[in-house]
Amino acid sequence: MKLLKTNRRDFLKKSGQLLIGFQLFPLLNCTTKEDELHAIYNGIPERPHLGRELIDSWIRLDSEGHVTVLTGKKELGQGIRTALIQIAADELQVDINRCHIINGDTGQTANEGYTAGSNSIEGSGKAIRQAAAEAKFFLVQLASERLDVPLESLTIKDGSIYAADNRQVSYWELLDGQYYKRHITGNAPILEPAQHQYVGKPIPREDIRQLVQGKAHFVHDLSFPDMVHARVLHPPSYGAQLEELKKDKITALPGISDVLVDGNFVAVIAEREYQAVKAWEKMKVIAVWEKPSIETMPSQLFSDMRKHAQKPEVIRTDPKTISSISNAELRLKASYQKPYHMHASAGPSCALAKWTEEGLTVWSPTQGVYPLRATLSDLFSLDPEKIRCIGVPGSGCYGHNGADDVSAEAAIIAQKYPNKTIRLQWMREDEHQWEPYGSAMILDLEAGISADGYLQAMESNLWSDTHSTRPNGQAGHFVSARHLEKSIPFNKRGFSGGAYRNAIPLYIVPHYNLYLHNYEGPLRTSALRGLGAYANIFALESFIDELASLAGLDPFVFRIQNLQDPRAIAVLEELRDKTNWASRNSQENKGYGIAFSQYKNSAAYFAVLAEVELSSDKKSYTLQKLTGVIDAGQCINPDGLINQTEGGMIQSASWTMMEAVSYDENGILSRDWNSYPIISSKDIPVVEVQIINRPELPPLGAGEAAQGPVAAAIANAVFDCTGTRVRELPIKI
Amino acid sequence: MNKSIELHINGERKLLEADPEEPLLYILRNDFALKGPKFGCGLHQCGSCMVLSNGEASYTCRIPCATFEGKKIQTIEGLSQNGKTHPIQEAFFDVQAAQCGYCVNGMIIAALALIKDVPKPSEKEIKEALSKVICRCGTHSRFVDVVKKFTSTT
Ligand code: FES
Ligand code: FES
Repeated sequence: MKLLKTNRRDFLKKSGQLLIGFQLFPLLNCTTKEDELHAIYNGIPERPHLGRELIDSWIRLDSEGHVTVLTGKKELGQGIRTALIQIAADELQVDINRCHIINGDTGQTANEGYTAGSNSIEGSGKAIRQAAAEAKFFLVQLASERLDVPLESLTIKDGSIYAADNRQVSYWELLDGQYYKRHITGNAPILEPAQHQYVGKPIPREDIRQLVQGKAHFVHDLSFPDMVHARVLHPPSYGAQLEELKKDKITALPGISDVLVDGNFVAVIAEREYQAVKAWEKMKVIAVWEKPSIETMPSQLFSDMRKHAQKPEVIRTDPKTISSISNAELRLKASYQKPYHMHASAGPSCALAKWTEEGLTVWSPTQGVYPLRATLSDLFSLDPEKIRCIGVPGSGCYGHNGADDVSAEAAIIAQKYPNKTIRLQWMREDEHQWEPYGSAMILDLEAGISADGYLQAMESNLWSDTHSTRPNGQAGHFVSARHLEKSIPFNKRGFSGGAYRNAIPLYIVPHYNLYLHNYEGPLRTSALRGLGAYANIFALESFIDELASLAGLDPFVFRIQNLQDPRAIAVLEELRDKTNWASRNSQENKGYGIAFSQYKNSAAYFAVLAEVELSSDKKSYTLQKLTGVIDAGQCINPDGLINQTEGGMIQSASWTMMEAVSYDENGILSRDWNSYPIISSKDIPVVEVQIINRPELPPLGAGEAAQGPVAAAIANAVFDCTGTRVRELPIKI
Repeated sequence: MNKSIELHINGERKLLEADPEEPLLYILRNDFALKGPKFGCGLHQCGSCMVLSNGEASYTCRIPCATFEGKKIQTIEGLSQNGKTHPIQEAFFDVQAAQCGYCVNGMIIAALALIKDVPKPSEKEIKEALSKVICRCGTHSRFVDVVKKFTSTT
């Protein structure tokens, strides 16, 4: 079925809005023809979100046969739109082509915080399923009255409800243009997985059709008739102070509308984008800055971490741990390291903002429109009701990259240059240099095991900077808020628990200690895909492999005998069988390594085998293949799950084999793709992903499941063929 | 100083007054609303801005628009003809070769430029050609796969 395209006014005229309020939100910004992206979402009248307990906060039906799903979660390239539409279409029992989705818009959708930690399907999916079930339940009751037959005798097909005698009435006829305010009661029956038509199937992502045709899709692609172009001249390094900028040299350039200087915040506005870029280049040359130097040099970073970390935070402690380790038959101690990594999004961050008398509108690639709104409200001391944040897809972000910062900067510029739409795009070096990195970490692990290879006790000590400085209401978390004349200082407010994510093993360890040494490092850090889990799993699963060889056991055997969770064991067994582990090629230049984890010890289970090959001079290695097995509970879209897992595997291989942010006393040196190389098509391994689907169990977040295990599997494979343990990332031999 | 520039884009002759130094990318995106080519680095490092220029993959993020005078420029939007998408676009869709999709323009252009010269490329040649384009989502395996499938069936 083809979707009907109706503009907003027609919709209102014909009314027929079901399960939706009529009161319209005064638009801060009118949609124009040029606003190509907006037209895609333009199916329903806009209305602010009225509470999670209302059905129409999640699902709306109109009289023309459209279904609109509303979610506070953002599409980040993970295919969330398609997955949530599958859930809604199934539960409502309608053709999937009737369904639209609106993602993350403070003017319309629920506040679902950040789209992070792989919890969108677990959270938003559940709410949407519930709302769809309730909407249908309500409609079926109406139909039972209308057709005068008992509820149980009715059947549904694509939104039409049939009585046994074939009389029928559709959802849209039943609603007949009226608004029904209905609450989610929790009484509506939910379909059994066997009744699903879409969930569990590899439904293609329609947005990929737009992408392959080069249609406008990203925030970068938005344009408005009143749009002007901005660039920000960021300081050359953290904490640098602007001493001089000869503004007239810039304003004299063609097309320059304004040069804004507010403390150390410098921006240029131009009619044409290239004029802004040229002005930016010139400002870079003529601006004079006083630069403090970075004190902790990369060569001292890890020793400085040990020396200057805070008093350890006790996460887990058991008085018997130390004695059990010393009394164990076999003991091992090892230390692992990870450098700073960057998100390094393919497209630099970009946002649009417009400031008028009514308030501020921001089109943003943020992972959380509501947290962004709260933080902008703090920044401008402006009532949040006067701010609207509209989420528009950005380039893949994998956590907290420059998306929020660029949104705030566009808003700062818009405030100083009102009544025009400001389009601000970062330059490549802005993104590389100013995004918050994934923290460097040290992981000291010590354990005692029995002679037959059972874990007895273990102690972990972790050193890390924070893994979350998302701007959750505190303006100082926007990097440029610090640069303003009235500087809003950054206050870390403690360190995040993200540092010890997955540090606690899923293996059965009778006695366990975990200490976290929080460390204030030299570089800006925040959430990068998996947070601390990446390094923790790298260390733990390398260590487990070391323990297995200490005990003289096969790495599968050792892991399985120390695990209890049947799903954990199942992914390992599946991997072993699928890859014919027992008959692997044992040429001496080949290495095989495995690793496993359950992400967050609560989300998806993932086991992976890495195959590496040594070069003939034994001075380098190549990653040949990664085979993964994943159990993410009920699988909504198998192809989407595989796509995301393959991507996670390749991205993690890149982090693990080649990435480290480099810097010196003058600042960040990794400023582009040459100074921060990442994996390219030439060097990718073959990747294979197998799913263990459990339709009867709740879906589990999967987007970050591969990151840690892939790192350890590569390390273990390198050990397998070189006999040398590499405990430092990136893994070089 | 603006000058009048004549460009051939997707089969149409386009005249405009522009700074001849202005890189083609900004003109495509802002003057002709061709949003397929993207800014990724502005440094000839990532390939997200590529178009076909006389059939060859060409960066557009630094090369002045005037350099493209007299050349046949084809952007990803121009691949679809008479409302029909190009078979390579279909192939990318069928394999669902995208995550965020920011690099897809570069990947499609790099693939087409390769196929023009080497209609039946080896896997190594495919990987080599796609290596011009940065993908941060790790979708490479699918891109290689599409081009492999596409060139072995056509
Ligand atoms: S934007 Fe042109 S190569 Fe990166
Ligand atoms: S799909 Fe996101 S950069 Fe390639």
